[in-house]
Amino acid sequence: MSILSIENLHANVGETEILRGINLKIEPGEVHAVMGPNGSGKSTLSYVLAGRDGYCVTDGSVEFKDIDLLELEADERANEGVFLAFQYPVEVPGVTGMTFLREAYNSRLRYEGREEADAMEFLKLVRSKAKDLNMSDDMLKRPVNVGFSGGEKKRNEILQMAVLEPKLAILDETDSGLDIDALKLVADGVNALRTNERSMLIITHYQRLLDYIKPDHVHVLARGQIQRSGGKELALELEANGYAEFDGKG
Amino acid sequence: MSIDANTADRVKELEVDKYKYGFVTNIEMETAPKGLNEDIIRFISAKKEEPDWLLQWRLKAYRHWLTMDEPDWAKVGYDKIDYQDLHYYAAPKNIDRPKSLDEVDPELLKTYEKLGIPLKEQELLSGVVAVDAVFDSVSVATTYKAKLTEMGVIFCSISEAVREYPELVEKYIGSVVPYSDNYFATLNSAVFTDGSFVYVPKGLRCPMELSTYFRINAENTGQFERTLIIADEGAYVSYLEGCTAPQRDENQLHAAVVELVTLDNAEIKYSTVQNWYPGDENGKGGIYNFVTKRGACRGENSKISWTQVETGSAVTWKYPSCILQGDNSIGEFYSVAITNNAQQADTGTKMIHLGKNTRSTVISKGISAGRADNTYRGLVKILPRAEGARNFTQCDSLLIGNKCGAHTVPYIESRNPSARVEHEATTSKISEDQMFYCMQRGLSSEAAVSLIVNGFCKEVMKELPMEFAVEAQKLIGISLEGSVG
Repeated sequence: MSILSIENLHANVGETEILRGINLKIEPGEVHAVMGPNGSGKSTLSYVLAGRDGYCVTDGSVEFKDIDLLELEADERANEGVFLAFQYPVEVPGVTGMTFLREAYNSRLRYEGREEADAMEFLKLVRSKAKDLNMSDDMLKRPVNVGFSGGEKKRNEILQMAVLEPKLAILDETDSGLDIDALKLVADGVNALRTNERSMLIITHYQRLLDYIKPDHVHVLARGQIQRSGGKELALELEANGYAEFDGKG
Repeated sequence: MSIDANTADRVKELEVDKYKYGFVTNIEMETAPKGLNEDIIRFISAKKEEPDWLLQWRLKAYRHWLTMDEPDWAKVGYDKIDYQDLHYYAAPKNIDRPKSLDEVDPELLKTYEKLGIPLKEQELLSGVVAVDAVFDSVSVATTYKAKLTEMGVIFCSISEAVREYPELVEKYIGSVVPYSDNYFATLNSAVFTDGSFVYVPKGLRCPMELSTYFRINAENTGQFERTLIIADEGAYVSYLEGCTAPQRDENQLHAAVVELVTLDNAEIKYSTVQNWYPGDENGKGGIYNFVTKRGACRGENSKISWTQVETGSAVTWKYPSCILQGDNSIGEFYSVAITNNAQQADTGTKMIHLGKNTRSTVISKGISAGRADNTYRGLVKILPRAEGARNFTQCDSLLIGNKCGAHTVPYIESRNPSARVEHEATTSKISEDQMFYCMQRGLSSEAAVSLIVNGFCKEVMKELPMEFAVEAQKLIGISLEGSVG
């Protein structure tokens, strides 16, 4: 059974149709990259999957595990195991990263009918995850994303992902705004989280991230549809030729 | 609490003429009839066995009240109060009690559960059982009080203090909030029936937080409470008023007066968590909380800080204030005021700088949701002698939804050129981005609002004593239920 099965997905933002019939299947453990020119609907796809308000599905279906994902609210989707690493993570003043993450973690436990973790247990868990990622958990002492550099924000997203252990991680332009060193750090983190049970949907504009996070499949999203799919070589082709062939924003 | 025959005789001797309106037999009654007049006041004073000076003070206040007009300048609207339609004295036995939790409003019970209040306490709070029935003979409250007495701390009801420590009460009552101060304080001075009295002796740092919860009152729950706290030289006390559980009360008007006095090098920390019944979603039946709270930093290097979390009441109208008389004295005001549905709040503070090098800090967080209206009204007044005075005021409003209002009315009067007064204000809404970020991490929309709002209020919440802080956080979440989506 595919972990994610998208069939003929159409979605609007306001009055405008952005997704015009997306078809995509992701198996457990696979890493899929979705690349495309600006305005092609890449972020829209991630928001529609995550269940953001204002993004309206007009046709098609999305099955996650064996659930109709579109029936669930955003928080329910998260508790079922969908994680979105944001392109521009927002600040939450006055709320420390640790508090935020513990709330998120306990929400999932509650959803699953399990007992919540107490502060000590949780701290230990976070410390060990951070260690595995070669990251410090210091940034969790600060209010979420407040005053964080671009790299810190992205690393924070990865640390959250490590703690929340999603089944499907959607990385929305995780590489945007990062220099090579920051990029490598983030990529190392993502790679450390690849397992047979975890699937990833990596949305990116540039192929260089895919030098570090090697995808199983690459798809080109343009004009609201997946125009072509292939392996890693497709990404290299795109780097060489650009998106001109697929462009023509209609 | 019925009055005994000796007392009744004594009172008759003193005030025989006054009872020519047929009041003689009424002393045996547990409840004064509705209405307000000098007889009722004498009745109250007699019931409490008060010395004559206090009765006279009450009467002076009452006569003054008759000459006053009810103020209407606050940005709140409420149904006119008929002052003759209230009972000003009722013994506890007369209150209609629900026989069991089954008779209590299920909404109320739901809130108790959310706040994690144990069943026994739920019974206490909803009036199913009287206070003393909850605690057994070797009760927490008894040991608590014994410890305090050992240390020389006086903590009792104001009525008891009037009987046991009349000189102390006489010295300080009305010295911070004079009987003529304002309409509601004047009314309170005439008819107050309960409240706390605290005296902390020289040099003593009271090791326990004093909580009104433990002040078992044999008398009626105050609709007109009068509290007086005195910290002698070098003393420290932290006082907690209120509780997070919503309290129903048939008395709609709550006009309390709180007076704090700090002598040299003393400090009083006064924390309030107020969750009086806010009325239904249209505000009907809720409590009016019109309170006068003022602290006088009489002594040098003394400090008074007010911390409040106001989430209840249909209408809240209060300005806990500090008079910074002593040189180097410090006044602080930390407030979170939440209004939802149809609640209204006009609240803030007054910092009056008299002495040299006095400092005041005001941090006010107002959160409005539903169709509520929330006004911050603050005064920073620097008098000519207040050399080197400093004030910092930060006033932040958070709006949830499109139908609520937040207003700021700051007054700054400075008559000393060396003073520094800073005022910052922000207004914001909970952004959709923040909500989505939280929800994408698994938080429900309600949990998200609660988290974001608690973050917004952090600077104030961290001033609360631990036991209140945890409850207050839960309370904030509960008060904003239904405000989003």
